[in-house]
Amino acid sequence: MSEANTLEIRHLRTVFHTRKGDLAAVNDVSLTVPKGKIVGIVGESGCGKSMTAMSVMQLVRKPGEIESGQILFRGEDLLQKTPGEMQKIRGDRISMIFQEPMTSLNPVYTVGHQVEEALRIHEHLSKEELHRRAVEIFEAVGIPEAEERLKSYPHQLSGGLRQRVMIGMAMICKPDLLIADEPTTALDVTIEAQILALMKKLRDENGTSILLITHNMGVVAKMCDFVYVMYAGRVMEQAEVFELFRNVQHPYTAGLLQSIPRIDHVVDRLYTIPGVVPNLLHLPAGCGFCTRCRYAQDRCYEELPELREIAPGHFIRCFSTNQELSGKEESHA
Amino acid sequence: MAKKIINRVLVSIPVLIGVIFIIYVMLNIIPGNPIEVMMAEHARQDVIDRISAYYGLDKPVWEQFLIYMKNLLHGDLGVSYKLNRSVNSLIADAFPYTLKLAIAAAIVSWLIGIPAGILSAIHENTIVDRLFMGFSLLGVSMPVFWAALIFQYIFAYRLAWVPVSGADTWQSYILPAIVLGWSSAGTIARLTRSNLLEVLEEDYIRTAWAKGLSQAGVILHHAFKNALLPVITMMAIQVASLLSGAVITETVFAIPGIGRLAVDAITNRDMPLLQGTVIFTTILIIAGNLIADILYSVIDPRIREK
Repeated sequence: MSEANTLEIRHLRTVFHTRKGDLAAVNDVSLTVPKGKIVGIVGESGCGKSMTAMSVMQLVRKPGEIESGQILFRGEDLLQKTPGEMQKIRGDRISMIFQEPMTSLNPVYTVGHQVEEALRIHEHLSKEELHRRAVEIFEAVGIPEAEERLKSYPHQLSGGLRQRVMIGMAMICKPDLLIADEPTTALDVTIEAQILALMKKLRDENGTSILLITHNMGVVAKMCDFVYVMYAGRVMEQAEVFELFRNVQHPYTAGLLQSIPRIDHVVDRLYTIPGVVPNLLHLPAGCGFCTRCRYAQDRCYEELPELREIAPGHFIRCFSTNQELSGKEESHA
Repeated sequence: MAKKIINRVLVSIPVLIGVIFIIYVMLNIIPGNPIEVMMAEHARQDVIDRISAYYGLDKPVWEQFLIYMKNLLHGDLGVSYKLNRSVNSLIADAFPYTLKLAIAAAIVSWLIGIPAGILSAIHENTIVDRLFMGFSLLGVSMPVFWAALIFQYIFAYRLAWVPVSGADTWQSYILPAIVLGWSSAGTIARLTRSNLLEVLEEDYIRTAWAKGLSQAGVILHHAFKNALLPVITMMAIQVASLLSGAVITETVFAIPGIGRLAVDAITNRDMPLLQGTVIFTTILIIAGNLIADILYSVIDPRIREK
């Protein structure tokens, strides 16, 4: 493969061995993060987006296990690496930030200690140099009075500042890939905008590729170059971001977009996709979404649709396109 | 910080007074004149009366209590009826033995308990976990006197590695320290294990893994310090109770410590001595809790600021 892609996941399958049976949290997922691009994974809670990220980091905990597939990072398969080699990659070449800035920092160490630690693990530097780099990264992520703030404990900082600390910690080794798992979900909207802008700025300055996991279509529209929509462990639709928003073709994605409250429309009730995410232990034999899909037909319950290309670079996992389906409904009416 | 400590010490004073009062009342509702008990049946009544008067036992109980409290304020725990020596000096003589035993037992208990807890947590639900937990369960469950006798039989009598009893050489402390330490190690191990397992679920542990730390780094640096808080309280209280005398262990191994002193005081109805040892114990326990609180705030910055 070419160096143009930082990350290429091929047919990844991550399974949880539970007492009631095996549960595929990530099922035959393939995705590509081109160098310097921001790629989004969207979906509801439990669709497998976080597990995809944890699989890349190889931090899937028991009873979970990566069963098959390839995770090519700069051309090398991470699944072939030894635990020791993976440890060197984590935090250095691939780093990660999480949803909960309030609890993702260790309460008993200063943030300075924790940020410097991330650097110390991977690079042999003097104390002064570690400190200098920590101040530098704090300034880069927009933490005022960096010198002073390094001495703070996590509980002394606000949620927004803590997420900046997390980003600083993740970026201090200048990784090739940053995985951001719902980085702004726990923050209020003004802080969200700042954090997203910061991530974009760091991407532009360092050329870091970003895998952004979110359930927020607004964040996707603002940030991403490419989008993967996941449902029940599978990719349902994937496209370049403008193509997806202009020409959404999977009923599930259409439902997600419809669920966004709009300031220019007056409605009594906000739209929701009916039903809940199915239990992964009792998935229908066919399309995972069929139990909630308003267009579902007999075939959808029996046969799993393949991902198929409907426009250049635009794939959907559905027998029909949204256009055809909504057209059909209108003709019925 | 200093203000907090002073506050805590001041709060302890009413607790101490309350405890002293309860002890005094309880020991004085035991029927019988201690002097009569000591002198057995051959003593003449006028001798008993004279000695009772000498110790102030002819006065009403409430007056005795006030006199006792007044002496206590001057740090005077009274005079032992049986040994006719000041309780202060008896405790001062016995304490070094108890102190040596307590330190040795605490070291044994931490050296076994903490590593066993960590290893059990890392290897949760495996054979290693079961082995360590079984071992510590055994320590908690075995009656100390029974373990002491078995150990004496095997290591002192059969193998003759260490003295059977006494407190003359440091070797004499090995067996009692192991017996005492093992029993408290079990509690420490279980507490360390359960706290560590809880902490390992925290988000910041995931962050530590994502940074590229080794397993040792994650567990010893990030998880252990957080898991240690409740363990420290337990350790401080254990040390305090070890210092107040391991009654059974000291008796079985014939160590002339605080525990032995208390047992002798009970057998002899030696109220001042018994009160003295109990008050001494109370002070140690209160001090142990205070030290645990201070250590808490040293480790956790969130507690420090409250």
